[in-house]
Amino acid sequence: MKEEPKNLKSENRALTGRLLLLAIAMFGFGFLLVPLYDVFCEITGFGGRTNATAAVVEEAPDLSREIRIEFVTTVNSYAPFEFAADVDSMTVNPGKMYFATFTAKNLTKADRVAQAVPSVAPVSAAEHFTKIECFCFTSQEFFANEQRAMPLQFIVDPELPEYVDTITLQYTFFDTAQAAANNPL
Amino acid sequence: MSTTVADLHDHHDDHGPAKGIGRWLFSTNHKDIGTMYLVFSLVMFFVGGAMAMVIRSELAIPGLQFVHPEFYNSMTTMHALIMIFGGVMPAFVGLANWMIPLMVGAPDMALPRMNNWSFWILPVAFSILLSTLFMPGGAPAGGWTMYPPLVLQTGDAFPYLIFAIHLMGISSIMGAINVIVTIINMRAPEMTLLKMPMFVWTWLITAYLLIAVMPVLAGAVTMLLTDQFFGTSFFLAAGGGDPVMFQHIFWFFGHPEVYIMILPAFGVVSEIIPTFSRKKLFGHDSMVYAAASIAFLSFIVWAHHMFTVGMPLSGQLFFMFATMLIAVPTGVKVFNWVATMWRGAMTFETPMLFSLAFVFLFTIGGFSGLMLAAAPADIQYHDTYFVVAHFHYVLVPGSIFAIMAAVYYWLPKWTGHMYNETLGKAHFWASTIFVNLTFFPMHFLGLAGMPRRIPDYSTQFTDFNTVASIGALGFGLSQLIFVWVIVTAWKGSKATDRVWEGAHGLEWTVPSPAPYHTFETPPKARIAGEAFE
Repeated sequence: MKEEPKNLKSENRALTGRLLLLAIAMFGFGFLLVPLYDVFCEITGFGGRTNATAAVVEEAPDLSREIRIEFVTTVNSYAPFEFAADVDSMTVNPGKMYFATFTAKNLTKADRVAQAVPSVAPVSAAEHFTKIECFCFTSQEFFANEQRAMPLQFIVDPELPEYVDTITLQYTFFDTAQAAANNPL
Repeated sequence: MSTTVADLHDHHDDHGPAKGIGRWLFSTNHKDIGTMYLVFSLVMFFVGGAMAMVIRSELAIPGLQFVHPEFYNSMTTMHALIMIFGGVMPAFVGLANWMIPLMVGAPDMALPRMNNWSFWILPVAFSILLSTLFMPGGAPAGGWTMYPPLVLQTGDAFPYLIFAIHLMGISSIMGAINVIVTIINMRAPEMTLLKMPMFVWTWLITAYLLIAVMPVLAGAVTMLLTDQFFGTSFFLAAGGGDPVMFQHIFWFFGHPEVYIMILPAFGVVSEIIPTFSRKKLFGHDSMVYAAASIAFLSFIVWAHHMFTVGMPLSGQLFFMFATMLIAVPTGVKVFNWVATMWRGAMTFETPMLFSLAFVFLFTIGGFSGLMLAAAPADIQYHDTYFVVAHFHYVLVPGSIFAIMAAVYYWLPKWTGHMYNETLGKAHFWASTIFVNLTFFPMHFLGLAGMPRRIPDYSTQFTDFNTVASIGALGFGLSQLIFVWVIVTAWKGSKATDRVWEGAHGLEWTVPSPAPYHTFETPPKARIAGEAFE
């Protein structure tokens, strides 16, 4: 098998090369997990992810079923904003379009840019909660001390699993200017 | 360094070690490098142990008495990083360096100069990591798992933490490549793969795990670095990233990592138990397949560390059952060890005592692991002291006991003298009693709801915490016996070549102490006698 020592050296070099290549490939695989994770979340709604761009949906109201929608709002600790839903909850029929508004206020004397990041619980409802229009699709610019209401238009898919009777929509409000300032380079 | 290794071996039959510090700085000798790894690991074991003492002092009674909460959090974070990357992993690499060439009949590791690099990177990495204790903002305190966004709040220490992890990863990967190339290319001519000793087998599998997952950890911490300094948003929600994704990537590394720390331990006890039972290892081949199955399963169970972050029911079920499946090959191993002992002519020297304690106490850690694997129950146990009890049971009387067993087992081969058996046994009994006194009460604390990573607790947890702190102090002091046994290891009676009556394997066919160069011509199975089998 390895009688001749002069072959051993080239064998060692070849195997070392292959193993180094494997290590480098695994480093790349670590980064490949990022897009894979995004695809996985979009397909499954894993992590409570909902659609990030406007969707077009036909209305097909199912009046026999009522779903409670709860709104939860959080302001990121670095964001100098007030942010709340104008109503705490709504009762909706699947397949019917609804409006809700959220009000945010810039608490500083400077213009700021904010971004709301949504999450839906339970996870199994995430792919059935469709936003037609949402202030979370784009970043929101606020003048100094500006307060304004921002619209959300949504529809709950009648395909929503039977056992779900309550959906919680949660928004976290981030100050993107602050996020940029955290990154000094 | 200009001559090749082959030249050295061909022309310097009596070539001994170089003199002075240069012997160690520029060493390409697997035995010297193995020794340096083991000494380094022992030093880190005491550094990490000192941090554990700070933790247990603070927790001995309720209230904040000795340290600030921020510093306490640094202690838990640094204790973990140092014990994992500086204590357990280098100890096993040191054992691999010393023993694998001797066990497969090779003259040295395949890549001796890379071997020198992989060791000397470690002191640099840990100097960087330990220097963070003196930096503005303190040492990393967000937990060894480095979850964002918390870890991004680390002060000046943050980039040093990342670079230290990078260096540790590079060192591990180089060490792993060396192990694989040595095992695959440099075995004695008649040693087929399935004739390899279990320690060599488990290390081969471990080395593949290291190459597969250490680069993923390097990738994850690189993403943290760019999120903090270069404006990326891998894990920042405001920029469209997802902090939960870090947990997925981290545990894709983290779960195989726990098997990196236990598979070589399986190998060690699979060497020791047959020796002191005076029987062949029961089910050698099934041990190999079990280790390989464990390694494979370790890649598909990572999300059991994060049941509480929320995932679909199907995901919970998959990760729960895949995790429980690991109990099958692990059970094969435990039963094989017991079957090896069955009707053996057993004696109870120190290495055997540590191995027996390993089998029993590691299994306790395995059982609490099964409890944690149950997704609905895990939501109650998550981030409590039950988890702390679990992983300390598999790591301290698991990995570390196996390392100690290995040191006692092979020490006479290294030094040429028998260690002090009485002190060895004293060390064993003190360690075993105190390790249980330390970690067993933590099960109860966790089930009662005490969270981990807190410097203070409700008064109903006082008694068990006090017991654990007394146990920890006793365990720490017991390790001084270990150091004393090692320091005086050259004073005992002369060891024979075989050292232990029941020992089999090529490493026992070379003289004690093992000469600086061994197996410059490969051994033949018929000369080594039963050594392979």
